[in-house]
Formats: sequence, structure tokens, C-alpha cells
Amino acid sequence: MSGTESHGGETPAQALATAKLGIWTFLATEVLLFGGLFTCYIVFRLKYPELFYTEHLKLNRPLGLVNTVVLITSSLTMALGIAAMKQGLRRRATACISLTILLACGFLGVKYVEWSEDFSHGLYPGTNLFFSLYFMMTGLHGIHVVAGICALCWVLVLARRGRFSPEYSTPVEITGLYWHFVDLVWIYLFPLLYLVG
Amino acid sequence: MPDDIAPSPPADRGYLTEKGFLSWACTLDHKRIGLLYLGTTLLFFLVGGVFALLLRMKLMYPGEELFSNKAYNVFFTLHGIMMIFLFIIPAIPSALGNFLIPLMIGARDVAFPRLNIFSYWIFLAGIIVILASLASPLDTGWTFYTPYSATTGAAVTVLSFGIFLVGMSSILTGLNFIVTIHRLRAPGLTWFRLPLFIWSMYATSIIQVLATPVVGITFLLLAAERIFGVGFFDPAKGGDPLLFQHFFWFYSHPVVYVMILPAMGIVSEILPVFARKPIFGYKGIAYSSLAIAFIGFLVWGHHMFVSGMSDVAGIIFSFLTFFVAVPTGVKVFNWIATLYRGSISLDAPMLYSLTFIFLFIIGGLTGPFLGALATNVHLHDTYFVVAHFHYTMMGGTVIGLFAGLHYWFPKMFGRMYSERRALTAWLLIFFGFNITFFSMFILGVQGMPRRWAEYPERFQPLHIASTAGSWFLALGTVLMFWNLFRSLFRGGPAQPDPWGSKTLEWRTGSPPPTHNFAEIPTVTEWPYGFGKKEKERE
Amino acid sequence: MPGFAATNNTVSGVAAQVDGVFLFITLVGLFFFVLTQGFLIYFALRYRRKKREEPAETPYITGSHWLETLWVVIPSLVVLAIFIYGYLVYRTIRTPPADAVEIQVTARQWLYQFTYPDGRTAVNEVRVEVGRPVKFLMKSADVIHGLYLPDFRVKMDILPGSYTYLWVQPEQVGKYEIYCTEYCGTGHSVMRAVMIVMNHEDYGRWVKQEEKPETLSLTKKGEKLTENSGCLACHSLDGTARVGPTLKGLFGKKVALADGKSVVADETYIRESILEPNAKLVQGFPPVMPTFQGVLKDEDITAIIAYIKTVK
Repeated sequence: MSGTESHGGETPAQALATAKLGIWTFLATEVLLFGGLFTCYIVFRLKYPELFYTEHLKLNRPLGLVNTVVLITSSLTMALGIAAMKQGLRRRATACISLTILLACGFLGVKYVEWSEDFSHGLYPGTNLFFSLYFMMTGLHGIHVVAGICALCWVLVLARRGRFSPEYSTPVEITGLYWHFVDLVWIYLFPLLYLVG
Repeated sequence: MPDDIAPSPPADRGYLTEKGFLSWACTLDHKRIGLLYLGTTLLFFLVGGVFALLLRMKLMYPGEELFSNKAYNVFFTLHGIMMIFLFIIPAIPSALGNFLIPLMIGARDVAFPRLNIFSYWIFLAGIIVILASLASPLDTGWTFYTPYSATTGAAVTVLSFGIFLVGMSSILTGLNFIVTIHRLRAPGLTWFRLPLFIWSMYATSIIQVLATPVVGITFLLLAAERIFGVGFFDPAKGGDPLLFQHFFWFYSHPVVYVMILPAMGIVSEILPVFARKPIFGYKGIAYSSLAIAFIGFLVWGHHMFVSGMSDVAGIIFSFLTFFVAVPTGVKVFNWIATLYRGSISLDAPMLYSLTFIFLFIIGGLTGPFLGALATNVHLHDTYFVVAHFHYTMMGGTVIGLFAGLHYWFPKMFGRMYSERRALTAWLLIFFGFNITFFSMFILGVQGMPRRWAEYPERFQPLHIASTAGSWFLALGTVLMFWNLFRSLFRGGPAQPDPWGSKTLEWRTGSPPPTHNFAEIPTVTEWPYGFGKKEKERE
Repeated sequence: MPGFAATNNTVSGVAAQVDGVFLFITLVGLFFFVLTQGFLIYFALRYRRKKREEPAETPYITGSHWLETLWVVIPSLVVLAIFIYGYLVYRTIRTPPADAVEIQVTARQWLYQFTYPDGRTAVNEVRVEVGRPVKFLMKSADVIHGLYLPDFRVKMDILPGSYTYLWVQPEQVGKYEIYCTEYCGTGHSVMRAVMIVMNHEDYGRWVKQEEKPETLSLTKKGEKLTENSGCLACHSLDGTARVGPTLKGLFGKKVALADGKSVVADETYIRESILEPNAKLVQGFPPVMPTFQGVLKDEDITAIIAYIKTVK
């Protein structure tokens, strides 16, 4: 018996519903994991509004914006990939997934440039509370992007082996949901960190 | 006992047939995974128990006798960490939950079997990391309050990752159960025909999924504080040590319901079977599990009344705390009402269940002393708290687990145990427990602080009483485990349904076959239909 | 205040009120205890069946709406009453009178330092006047501690980085123990102090005496300081090793250090060990002693050294 195939005589549609319930529950967990950091953010921003304003100016806003665009685009390619898979357009689907992976790597590349820049300016996680939050939040998000890339690569391998069909594309859809979540977290992180009013 | 089911031949070992290391380490069978968890958690129960006995030995003397205060602090920390993270949180949910949920809902396995064994591996990895961290002594207490935990020995950093892994295992198991209960119920098994153990496990899983990530991030932040000098909890850097306590209790309060709810579920299964009566107020018990899970998320601040948190917050938390008592009370009253006019057989599972209710009532009734603000200020961080949570956690959860072990032992291993030995063990445990922990209530009222290695001499007599009690408790526990362990090999064969129960797990062999049921059963009624309706009797 | 007068706690008014709440909850608890355990045990025995006996016929009772409503509503009202009573007394606990004497408390591993309004300080001992409300304004120099006066039924955590407070109005002369209740490391259980409640005359005399220049001999002063500064919690006078090494016969002895070197315990060494405890750590002991920099004055240390010389 395997994790993705049917149990107890489930049809593929039922198996998909089961898997979706699983991933949604997992995302609820993830929300609370990030919730801890967002709580820290709220507490300390209310306590030290000036610190947050002055410190956030040291971030590279254009690069942050570029990364936002990159990640939103990757969400779009992911959605297109799932749609293509459901229509049985395998080549288009694998192309879309590959593009998503590429964009995700691009995101991490930009992040790398940003962090190196911060380090060279002497800004470390222990510098002050704002940068503690900045590094912890973008770091945890970065780990999720890495996990997402791994999941996407696995899906890509399965897709190339022809394991999916219009009837069965559960792993693609689940990975897609997870990827949208990672994207969504960034949509919150960007204004909170780069655009402190 | 229904005689329409043929006794399975003792030679049929069902899911236990296959032998060898890999057949266990890589199994996808929820029953085997359940047993893996059971073995692992019970091992840590015994290790944690040895630490408890050492602590009690030292506390016979008011001064620095037997071993150093530093060693005492390390031992109570290890006792706490092992009992909480490696025994009591995973014991009933991961061990019995894994074994029973698919059987009880008439499924062939959990929804994600591969995720299930993966959870167990993560659990093991977490244990290994935690044990590795003990290379340097750990003396923070299981609560890890900052700034002490941010400054003391290096073990805390490594341990944080261990706890994170154990937490992840807990989350994935909870997730698996939620999906299993939603999706894989047998035909006809509607929500209100579910066994109450399933209801309690459902509520438990929700808490696991929603609360555990918070402790995960808390320990990551603690590790970051120690590695990178992140200052969220460090007042010198503008952080707030109370924030840590809020985070910690946001998880650790709901998690006490992860510990107690499954035990309540076990008792709700056993009572009707041994009283031969329908459970009283099924919906009340089912909904109260969800109510406890929900209210449990709103009351974490009652651990912090004297922490320096604002008085207004304290008042709100105190108010909310009292309303956990209401659904808990409903369960207790309903259990007692179930016994009314029953035909009660006091076999070991029933005896432990009644003991659960007896001890849990004491644990519950001492709760309002701690929930009320005025008395909490006096009793907080004294032995009163220690006694209270041992009455609920040990007297409640552990006794509930013992009840469940005796009840499902025949199903798990296809063998019976010695009833006489089980009763002797019960007697020792019952008296030992009460001597050990009731003394602590009095110590607490007299002002004895917890986590003290040395104490003023006036507390000594009660400490000696408590220590003496702990020996009886230990003796009883060892005897109980010896009885069960011996029966694994020597016990007589068990019938598929030795107790005359009506839940689905008894409708298959003892032990069950690998795929649980030859044919998935169809459910037509609730599982507590004991007793005769008035009409039928006429 | 609806205080239950059934308690004879005369240490302070607040303590009597807390005991009133305690008594109230105990009585309510006892009622429910007898009720539930009584039925539990009665039913278990009354409806018991013998081993291996066929079950008797039982009625099909699945619940009762009015009973269940009853045991939702009644406990709700009872816990509400307990909450309100507890809250009312808590308000008193948390509201110090405006005329309370403010005493600053600094907690550190593992001692309490008390600073009186006139600037005098004392370690692990605080003297107050009977009948006079006192407010302790507390701050920690390192980790979280607690200050617990069991006889007065009050406690409060002491935090680094922010102030917390606690107040008492002692009504009875005597010595009362102060315990640390928030786990703070190796010396947690020896972190204790006393509150000495004095009558009006004694207190007045003590205030005057303390204001006069020290008339005690140097060694006597040292002895008093050693007792009052919490040294004896970790360092014994009789040769047994506690958290730290003994003071008996220390002076002039060759001491083996943790780094393998050794040093003769002379005035300079003892002084350094008091101000910088971890600079020359004795072999076999943990680096846990707090610094007394800023706690003990220069002449205090001189007196302590003079006293240590006499401990043989």
C-alpha cells in the first residue's frame, strides 16, 4: 500500500480529496509556524516603531520588489502547469514546472545577493530586533522555498516518466497548493519588512 | 460473549506473523507502527520513572545529601522532558491511536501509511538528537524559561532541534489521523456512530496540528537566540522574556489536553462495555472533547498569573480557565451516570478506568484553587501544582493508558494476561500513587516551592511519606508491566472479542490480520447499544 | 470584602482573605468530591456482578437532557462564583496602599538585595515595621527569580529588564521566610531570605543604630556580613562542600584551581573571588557564584576577609 495510491477501494477522485485534505491541514500547521514570527513582529513593531522605520531603510527595496515579481510569476507558471496537466498536455506542463523551478532558484539567488549585501554592511541576525526578525522570517521562508524546489523537482521527474494523466495528477496539485502558500507568505513578508510606513 | 464468532486458532499471529528487523523498521502497517511507538514511549516512561525515584530519594533529606543540587536539577529536567515529550504526548495518540483508529473506523490503514512510518522515523531522530544533547548536562527544567535557558549549558541548542523533530512527528501523526477519520470511515459509520475514543482522538489531533508548530518556532527562536544572538526573549536587546512564556504555554497548555483527551476516550470505551450499559450522554461526551480542545487554546495565561504579565490579562485568563471545568465536569458526570443500574464487572480494564475517574476528580477539583487568582498567587510554583498535574497526568492519563493497555492487550497480541497479578499491581499503584502525591498537596499549601533540591526541615516528614509512596507506586508499575510482558509469551489465547464489546476492532481476529478485515464491515448502529429498551423488555 | 472569618490567620489581612478564598473553594470542592466519588463508589459496588457471571439485564438509558443541562448550568454558576471571589481578593493583593514604604529588591543568582528608601542596603534580610504597608519594587540582575512569602500568601516573579511589585502589611512581629519560586539554576533552593517584622520601638531603635557608624569589631562585622549576604547558602563553615567550597581553614591554604594551577588563598585571592568569582575557579566546583561587585562595599569585603581568617 502506498501513500498516494488508493486505500480501501478509493477512487482516484476520492484519493485526490483525501490528499487535498491532508495538504490543507498541513498548511494550517504552517500558518501557525509563521504565526509565531508574525506575533513577534507585531509585538516589537508596536513597541519600537522608530527602530522599524529607520532600520528597514537599510534593506534593498528594489531587489525585494524584483523577488516579489519573480515569486508571483512562479505561482502563475505553477497554476498553468497544473491546468496543462489536467488537459493532458504533458510537454507544456513539464515546461511550466521547469520554469517554476527556475524562478524559485532565481528568487533564492536574489536573496543570496541581498543577504551578502547585508552582511557586508555589518547587519547580522543579532544586530537588532528588526534584523533578527528580517533574517528569521526571510530565512524560514527561504527554507520553505528550498523545500518547494525539492518537491517540484520530484514532481518534474514523475511527470517526465509519464506518471500523470488528466485523471491522476494529485502530486502536482498538492505541490501547487504548497507553492502558492510559500508565495502567499512572501506577499505578507514583503510589505511588512520592506515597506514599513 | 457472542458465540457466533469462531475463536481464532492461537497459531494465527495475524499482522504479527512476519519476523525480522526490516519488517518492523519499514512497515507501513499502522498496527506495527503503533506497537513501535508503544515500545519506544514505554521505554522512556520507565527511564523517566527512574529519574523520578532518584528525585524522591534525594528529597527524603532537607540538605544536600545523596547527590549534588546541580545533579538534582539535571534529573528533574530529564524527568520532565522524557515524561512530557517522549512519553505522555506520543504515548496514547501515537501508540494506541495508530493501532486503533483504522480498526475502530473499519479502515484498512491510515490515510497516509508512508507518512506514518516517516513520522515514526522523525520521532526516533528527535530522540537521538535529544539524547545526544545530554552529553552536556541540561538543567533548565522542561519549561526552558528564558533568559536562564539562553545562558545555561550548550545542551539547550541541540535539544531545541530534537524537540522540533519530535514536534514535527506529532504534527504529521495528528494530520494523518484527521484525514483518516474524515475520509476512511466504513460505510454507515456516521459521525454520531463513531466510538468516543475516535472523537477524543479527533479533538487531540486538531490540537496537535494547531499548537505544535508554535512550540516548534519557539524552540527555533530559542536556538537562534543562542546561536546568532537574536534577542526576542532577551531584555538586554529589547526583547521580552514573557514573550517566551506566552509562546511556550500557547503550546504547552493545549498539549495537556493532547495528554488527557485520549485517556478520556479510553475510559468512555471501557465503561459501557464492562457496565453492559449504553454510554450516558454520547453527544455530551463527544462535544465536550471538542469544547475542551477549543477552550484549551484560550487559557494558556493561567500559567503566568504571577509572571509579571498585566493584571487585566490575568483576570481574563482566569475567567476563561474556569470554563474548561464545565465540559470536563460533563464527562465525569456522564461516566458516573453510565454506571447507574449497570451490571458491572470489575476486571482490570474497568478497575483502572474507575481509578482514572477517582483520581481525575481529585485532580480536577484541585484545579479551581489554581484557576482562582487569589489562591493561585499563593500556590503557584509550589508542590500544590506538582500534585495537581500529577493527579491529572499520572492519575489521569497514565492510569487511562494502563486501562487501555489491559483492555486492548488481547487484541494487540492475541493473548490474555493474568487477572490476579493485574489486580495486585493495581492495588499497589492505587495506594502508592495517593501516598506519593496527596502529601504534595499539603506540602504545597504549606509553601514548599517546586524544583527545590534543599528545603527547610519542617517539610521533611511529608517528603518522607511521599518518597515511601513512590516505592509502592514503582513496585506496582513494575509488576503491571511484568505481568503484561510475561503474557506476551505465556498468556493463553484470546478470543476475537473477549469483553463482549461492540466497536469494530473486535469484529476481526485477535491479533487482527495485516489488512484488518477480511471484508470491510458495514455499520448500522452506534457502538454502545448495550441493555434492553423498555419496549423490548415487556 | 466577603472575607470568611473562619480562618485565624493573623499574619496579615490579605493572608486571611486568601485563606478565606481557599476555604470557600475547599468547601465547594469537598461537596463535589463527596457527591461524585460517593456515587462512583456506590454504583460500582451496588451494581457489581461476580466474575464469570452472565451480565444481568440492564436498562437502555442513553442520556437525559435535563440532567445534562443541570450539570452544565450548576458547575458554570459555581465556577463563576469562585472566579469572582478569587478576583475580588486578587484586586486587594495587587493594590498597594498609597502610603506603602517602597523597598527596592534586586535579585540575582542566588540572593536578594534590599535597598531601603534612605539608601541603606541589606542582603537576604529585610526589616519592616509591624502594621506598616511595604511595597517591594523588584528587578532582576540576571535570570527570572521569584519572591514568595508563604506566611503572607503572596508571591511575584522578578524579571530582568522590567519592574514587578508585591506588597504586604504585616500585623504580627516575627521572622518570616522568603523563598525563590522561579527556577533560576544550581542555587535555586538555597535562594532564601528573611523578612523581620519588628514592633514600633525595636524598629525605631534599629533604624537609629544602623545610622550610627559601625561599632562592632571587624571580625564580628565580617561574621554578620557573611551571614547576611547569603554566603553560607553555598559555603559551609564546618568543612563540608556545598555548592561552593567550605570557608573552614580556607585562609592561607593552597587551593587547586580548575585550570590545573594552584594559588594560596590570601587576602588578594579572596577579594578577587568575591568580586570576580570566575577568574580563579576552584577545582571541582561549577562557575556559578555571582559577583558581589556593587553589592558589598570595600570595607565590607575587608571585614569578611578578617572573619574568614578566624574560621578554622
